[in-house]
Amino acid sequence: MSVATQDTAIRTGRIARAMIYLVLVLFALFYVLPLYVMAVNSVKPLSEITGGGMMALPEVWTIEPWLKAWSTAQIGVEPTGLRPYFWNSISMVVPAVAISTVLGALNGYVLTKWRFRWDTILFGLMLFACFIPFQIVLIPMAAVLGFLGLAGSTSGLVLVHVVYGIGFSTLYFRNYYAVFPTELVRAAQIDGAGFFQIFWRILLPSSGPISVVCIIWQFTNIWNDFLFGASFASGDGAPMTVALNNLVQSSTGVKEYNVHFAGAILAALPTLLVYIVAGRYFVRGLMAGSVKG
Amino acid sequence: MGFLDIDNATKSYGAVEVLHRVDISVEEGEFLVLVGPSGCGKSTLLNMIAGLEEISSGEIRIKDAVMNGVHPSKRNIAMVFQSYALYPNMTVGQNITFGLEMHGVPKGERETAMAEVAKLLQIEQLLDRKPGQLSGGQRQRVAMGRALVRNPDVFLFDEPLSNLDAKLRVDMRTEIKKLHQKLGTTIVYVTHDQIEAMTLSTRIAVMNGGYVQQLGTPKEIYDTPANLFVATFMGSPSMNLIPVRVRTEGNAVYAVTQNSQGQEISLTFFQPSDRLRSYDGQEIILGIRPEALTDVEGADQRSAHVERLENMVAVTEPAGSDTFVTTTLGGAECVARMRSDADVVAGKQTVFAVNMEKAVVFDPTTEQRIL
Repeated sequence: MSVATQDTAIRTGRIARAMIYLVLVLFALFYVLPLYVMAVNSVKPLSEITGGGMMALPEVWTIEPWLKAWSTAQIGVEPTGLRPYFWNSISMVVPAVAISTVLGALNGYVLTKWRFRWDTILFGLMLFACFIPFQIVLIPMAAVLGFLGLAGSTSGLVLVHVVYGIGFSTLYFRNYYAVFPTELVRAAQIDGAGFFQIFWRILLPSSGPISVVCIIWQFTNIWNDFLFGASFASGDGAPMTVALNNLVQSSTGVKEYNVHFAGAILAALPTLLVYIVAGRYFVRGLMAGSVKG
Repeated sequence: MGFLDIDNATKSYGAVEVLHRVDISVEEGEFLVLVGPSGCGKSTLLNMIAGLEEISSGEIRIKDAVMNGVHPSKRNIAMVFQSYALYPNMTVGQNITFGLEMHGVPKGERETAMAEVAKLLQIEQLLDRKPGQLSGGQRQRVAMGRALVRNPDVFLFDEPLSNLDAKLRVDMRTEIKKLHQKLGTTIVYVTHDQIEAMTLSTRIAVMNGGYVQQLGTPKEIYDTPANLFVATFMGSPSMNLIPVRVRTEGNAVYAVTQNSQGQEISLTFFQPSDRLRSYDGQEIILGIRPEALTDVEGADQRSAHVERLENMVAVTEPAGSDTFVTTTLGGAECVARMRSDADVVAGKQTVFAVNMEKAVVFDPTTEQRIL
């Protein structure tokens, strides 16, 4: 990628340039506003919020709402806070992301390097999985989970997300491996490497960028999923998103907005973290193969 | 029975046959080059020997063992690919020993074999680098090292030099030839470059349209091409093809054609065959290599039969070592290779010497050489 220099840009007057920056800054402020409101109100006592002045900085800074949201807020029967549900989500997301990514990589490998009859049709059908709305599969999926004895369990949720994720992860890896030189696979075949040895030793070590893309995508989708979590997990097994909803929607007592804000940020933190840590690979991976060299 | 036998091998994709009954027997230590334009089936044939593509019918045998259906890794072959196909995530050393590792060779033996090959190819200082940090020529060496280390029965090269720049290509060509002379291994080498084919091979198979057009030593292919395709494909600049009419007068047989002014001229054939005599009065194609059409001083002094003719020079192209002169004979544009300081001027008449001993003739309808 080349970097555009000042010389190639069209010269604009100082005033025009100032206007452009002004508009950009205004837009940036506008977009950051919700996050600002959430962050600011999560560190205020409730009285300050109910007394008006949502936009104001707190007069008394407190981390009490955060602690409460995390460990003592009333969500289920017990006042446990979001903590157990956070771990529910982790124990659902990690295996679901890992399994769907590995299976997607294997699918991509087979679909590009071990071509067989009807392979493009099979790929087309797998792509189709990306376009099936969640709502359609709720009832059949419930039946399947019941049949497998996984209803209401975290394993059941993992299965649902793996099945849904394979379409996307296959798409990513197939397109990535499509431009991976087939000669490397042939060289490895002549060298005596088997099907899985080629996969583990040759393809996977070169799949860093696309793995990151796939992991970010799956992590975000599965972590943020509400519908499957609400439908297939019950009570104490519910993921973070469902628990957050229960916290915010509780119809008894005072609405503790500061605790709600803190809880919402807590629920969004892991995906944010994943983006910050791996974001630059995300862009790189999406661009991979689009530009030569 | 040769060392590597390709016996009536055919390849078809569905109903389309892309290789037709290829029959080649390679002796141990031979350097066979498969040469032809793209799409002629040469790479397909190489992949069939390697076991990367199935054989539709016929047989391929290495050391008398039938290879049809045998896995590539069990054929005891090694292959150097056009893109080198070095594993990008492994160091040079790991690249070289990967095949041995997959074949379960113990670590100690692997290290010894790697050191030996690295010394032979002078890549010892590169062993810890990744392929991405190497230049084209170094990658080429590593790719050869990976092939050599296995000590295979047959080496397969798939256009290994086509990704290198012109100078490096010539250097590596010489190195490959040296390596072959030193190790005496059996090599099958695919290229589209006829100069590589001529310089490297002990035998050449010229392929086109899925057929082997001619199989022979470089000299046979160059001097006595079997048909018009081989004649034009091999040699640069390619062979001059001049339409002539055959005229017999007693023992002598003449090729009658026109010079650049359209006047009739005739050249006497050297030792004409009876087949050629039977073409009396018919049109045929006379093939003369550029170096057999030259200035009088540059003509081959040992040739038994050199004819002279005066003709108009259309263009001169000084190339340093030679001067290429374009002229017209029988309406066809011809290239003559003259000495670099030959006295020729574009637009002037000059005397050309035609080495008729080297002339070949082709039937214009069958395109086969008239023996």
